Amino acid sequence: MAIAKSDQMIPDFTLSPHIDQVGVEERASRFTKRSIKKESKMNGLKLVLNMIDLTTLEGKDTDGKVKQLCYKAMHPHDAYTPLAGDSEGAIPSVAAICVYPSMVKVAKKALGNSGIKVASVATAFPSGQAPRDIKIRDTKYAVNEGADEVDMVISRGKFHAGEYNFVFDEIACIKEACGKARLKVILETGELGTFDKVRRASDIAMLAGADFIKTSTGKISPAATMPVTLVMLEAIRDFYYKTGKMIGMKPAGGISKSKLALHYLVMVKEVLGEDWLTNQWFRFGASSLANDVLMQILKEKTGLYQSANYFSVD
Amino acid sequence: MAKAIAKKKSNTIKLKFDTSWSYAPAPESKSAATINKQYNLFINGAWQQPLSKKYFDTINPATEEKLSEVAEAGAADVDKAVKAARNAYEKVWKKMPAKERAKYIFRIARLMQEKARELAIIETLDGGKPIKESRDFDVPTAANHLFYYAGWADKLAYAFPNRKTEPLGVAGQITPWNFPLLMASWKIAPALATGNTVVLKPAETTSLTTLKLAEIIQEADLPPGVVNIITGAGETGAAIVNHADVNKIAFTGSTNVGKIIQRAIAGTGKKATLELGGKAANIIFEDAPIDQAVEGVVNAIFFNQGHVCCAGSRLYVQESIAKEVIRKLRDRMQTLIVGDPMDKNTDIGAINSKEQLQIIQKYIAIGKKEGAEMYESSCRLPTKGFWCRPTIFSNVAQSNRIAQEEIFGPVLSILTFRTDDEVIEKANNSPYGLSAGVWTDKGSKIFNMTKRMRAGVVWANTFNKFDPTSPFGGYKESGYGREGGLHGLLPYLNLIN
Repeated sequence: MAIAKSDQMIPDFTLSPHIDQVGVEERASRFTKRSIKKESKMNGLKLVLNMIDLTTLEGKDTDGKVKQLCYKAMHPHDAYTPLAGDSEGAIPSVAAICVYPSMVKVAKKALGNSGIKVASVATAFPSGQAPRDIKIRDTKYAVNEGADEVDMVISRGKFHAGEYNFVFDEIACIKEACGKARLKVILETGELGTFDKVRRASDIAMLAGADFIKTSTGKISPAATMPVTLVMLEAIRDFYYKTGKMIGMKPAGGISKSKLALHYLVMVKEVLGEDWLTNQWFRFGASSLANDVLMQILKEKTGLYQSANYFSVD
Repeated sequence: MAKAIAKKKSNTIKLKFDTSWSYAPAPESKSAATINKQYNLFINGAWQQPLSKKYFDTINPATEEKLSEVAEAGAADVDKAVKAARNAYEKVWKKMPAKERAKYIFRIARLMQEKARELAIIETLDGGKPIKESRDFDVPTAANHLFYYAGWADKLAYAFPNRKTEPLGVAGQITPWNFPLLMASWKIAPALATGNTVVLKPAETTSLTTLKLAEIIQEADLPPGVVNIITGAGETGAAIVNHADVNKIAFTGSTNVGKIIQRAIAGTGKKATLELGGKAANIIFEDAPIDQAVEGVVNAIFFNQGHVCCAGSRLYVQESIAKEVIRKLRDRMQTLIVGDPMDKNTDIGAINSKEQLQIIQKYIAIGKKEGAEMYESSCRLPTKGFWCRPTIFSNVAQSNRIAQEEIFGPVLSILTFRTDDEVIEKANNSPYGLSAGVWTDKGSKIFNMTKRMRAGVVWANTFNKFDPTSPFGGYKESGYGREGGLHGLLPYLNLIN
């Protein structure tokens, strides 16, 4: 990729690879043809559960609501006891809880030393329409409250206006403000319009220091789709080949069924392979996916679908 | 891309596709299909024992187990079939109102859809192709073709305005082993729609779905003799070609046999459509959407184990992106699942026959000897049956045999180029001219390239796409005549006044 100015190391992002929409959609649909049965289904479902960022991002969030969600994160379904001779063991916990900065402390306390991470959205989530110093303070606040991970949004307006250096600098600043917390950069693909732009935004985010790239806030439709996620996974792959640095991926919003989540796993497996098949490098941002996964796990175990009433709604 | 970020040594950067989470077997059930122990010849609407009294075995190339035995039609059987077709043509089919003809074709198409699962299973058992392909491609596309031509039957006056059309009479049709049911549909549909009757012979290694189609035709109550399906090998085909009362030959198969047919029918007044071999150039420019192009390359050469006459078997990559394309292609090949064709997750099934496997292996040996760099995916192969790993050769020269001759297997030859003119010259530098592909993000370049490419079908930013409305056929030694679309009607018609 060409260099914009000889004294700076910022590439010309207009030269990001171009994406053929028809081709991407066709490839994405091919992953859905994989048939996931028996033990691979069970293992896949557990992996999915373990990759979930259980999320509540509402104006009406309270301490009580967040505490309940934290308990669910640690104990997704305690009514389930492994059957005799069941070597697969218990149901795993989810990967993280995703909340607003004001809820980080509550979540942190509720989760204790369970190992479950607390992710906080920041940077004037979800619109990102705030000055940079406020975004930096927002981030620092979340980190000081104890957030292990920060989910920032990019300035889509600036991105559409072609001010890529602005977007780049902003991500770099937030990364700095994060300190040890891992940074997830939300592209809000539903507002970007084309796969070319999704790819370009992915490249900017990764070069500016993102630890994860994430599709959506969940507040805009469409949120995550398989083709958009594929474009981002391929950007991660290219970045890895060029730099040796692994970047995580988080599709968020719109993934509420196990079957779809398994298709995403297939996609990760066949695009990035083994190293990414862990919650260290792949996450699902979702609120209602967990219960469907639990329902499927129990169905695999018992052969019967349980009523939705048997799974806690938090 | 990022010069600011320190580069690791490139040999440590590797994706691992042998993952701890893998797919459990997901086999389609054999019991959903019925295969008879023995098949006779379908002549004049009835199953008739061959006068030759001979049968031959048909096997599953994935297991080498016998599936059934099939009658071998001799010259006398061919004569019987042609007479039945002639009789049906003169007495019934020629006279029938076109809209009535159409109803029969629609009915066959619908029955094919109803029996789609069974047809897909048999196609996979008999031919070795993955069930995913026979289920999602072969059978639905075959039914589509019939639907499409059924629609034309009573609209020929609109296809050829101000001209009067008349059918040719009896069409002798010979289909290949790579897409047995689909090719039978490509042949039968336009012939019936235009008012011809048919004697069709499928390839000897893959007769079963065509025989199943005969059962469907019987169930559809098509008047006896309008479609006759006889089985056998080359000699049976020769008897059809040489029969004096056949008006038209439609053949899909090798260029060698195509040449023999041309010689045989010279001076006889028989019309012919020949769809023969290919060595398609698939061209990737540096401004192409590379990930999608790589997927297109996979689809171009590994679809149906590369047993595709229009397969993109010569890949031309612009030099500046060659390394990247080859690396991505290798990664992608690691994720291709090779094995039991009946498993729903299988991407690459069995090679159709031992003979074909030997041909492919011969060319792989030639490629190595010619000094090209070979890479094959590291998948394990079953012990029984006929198998070939997906294979690519890079650093191939235009003068190499693997760049010139049709291999008809999952083997890709990769060449590089620098300029548009150079790649056009190289792409056209082939005795074949069936298909080609162009990958670029630039629309004007697509039109410029496709105009100069001597190939019957040129795909842009995609490959191996088929649609009944689109004509298909070759230039040069890839044959002549077109199948599909409005163009596909003409080879079965005389235009008068």
